[in-house]
Amino acid sequence: MSEKEWPLWEVFIRSKQGLNHKHVGSLRAPDAQLAVDNARDVYTRRSEGISIWVVASNNVFASDAAEADAFYDPANSKVYRHPTFYDVPDGISHM
Amino acid sequence: MEPISFALLESNFQSKIDRDIKIEPKDWMPDDYRQTLIRQISQHAHSEIVGMLPEGNWITRAPNLRRKAVLLAKVQDEAGHGLYLYSATETLGADREELIDDLHEGRAKYSSIFNYPTLSWADMGAIGWLVDGAAIMNQVPLCRCSYGPYARAMVRVCKEESFHQRQGFEIMMSLANGSPEQKEMAQDALNRFWWPALMMFGPNDATSKHTAQSMKWKIKRHTNDELRQQFVDVTVPQAELIGLTIPDENLKWDKKTNHYITSPINWDEFWQVVNGNGPCNKERIDARKKAKENGKWVRDAAMAHAVKRSAINLLTA
Ligand SMILES: [Fe+2]
Ligand SMILES: [Fe+2]
Repeated sequence: MSEKEWPLWEVFIRSKQGLNHKHVGSLRAPDAQLAVDNARDVYTRRSEGISIWVVASNNVFASDAAEADAFYDPANSKVYRHPTFYDVPDGISHM
Repeated sequence: MEPISFALLESNFQSKIDRDIKIEPKDWMPDDYRQTLIRQISQHAHSEIVGMLPEGNWITRAPNLRRKAVLLAKVQDEAGHGLYLYSATETLGADREELIDDLHEGRAKYSSIFNYPTLSWADMGAIGWLVDGAAIMNQVPLCRCSYGPYARAMVRVCKEESFHQRQGFEIMMSLANGSPEQKEMAQDALNRFWWPALMMFGPNDATSKHTAQSMKWKIKRHTNDELRQQFVDVTVPQAELIGLTIPDENLKWDKKTNHYITSPINWDEFWQVVNGNGPCNKERIDARKKAKENGKWVRDAAMAHAVKRSAINLLTA
């Protein structure tokens, strides 16, 4: 491995207190600490973040893009999960 | 795969593109689309990092601390742009190290503009103003490119580029308003970079072999000539405003089309430079190779350290 490339890391950044960490891209680094250090230089040069997560890319297990239609299909028929499904008579407020 | 299902996959793919739905790394895509993107994005990445060299040449000789800090920040941004783009190629299954080897072995292309020398401080102005300006013209439409990771990288890049162009224009403006010698320096830089900047948009539409397919795939949104025209139209008044002259005696405003008309471009020069015979092609690639060789011990040491530390962590866990 030392002959070959540094491993790939996915980078997540919290832009400010109160928001989620969000995926911003990836980079290569020999270990997690250097991945964080490099991510600071690559992805936060203009104060874009206050917290960084890195995850080794080969540890990301993703849903199958080819199966996406079938995988997410069950939600499509359950319109009653949305408030707009229900009729609220005129005169009712705070609901 | 059977021919019928392949045709179906392909038509589903094109219909997503037609509906402006982005293509993401794990989605099915035709092999030609993948290869076209790897070629284009890697050329773009190479251009970013080779582009650091002509400007790096002047960091130690910047005229004052402010200019030096600005130029350093700009060149550092270009390294970042290269990295965003190499990462985007990796989402397509390309290997970054192989792409860099292709560059170093002369198998890959990069923007021909970086094969011109930077002879005076004014060239830092001309590059920021014209070269980054032309790059912005090219890159803004790429923010809407059909391939998600490329489009997202371009959004970041474009945000950073606007300061690059402004700092260059500021240098040109200061020189143009300075002593006669300074103004002459600025004019000389404009004279040398004007035509190579126009060539950055690539060959004329009639001879550009990839344009039609790339437009159908929405990798490209405008033709080379459209973007070049747009660049000329916005840049000529900027030169006038600071009292510099565009080095083209046939340049004139066409009232009928509301565009400037320029002299024809010397495409022979363009192909000479693209094919390796520009003034600095060899110097640029040699500098890249040297940087990679000289940095090897650092990369090896960092890796050895990481391996050692993970072994210690395993023992003490
Ligand atoms: Fe750039
Ligand atoms: Fe730039």
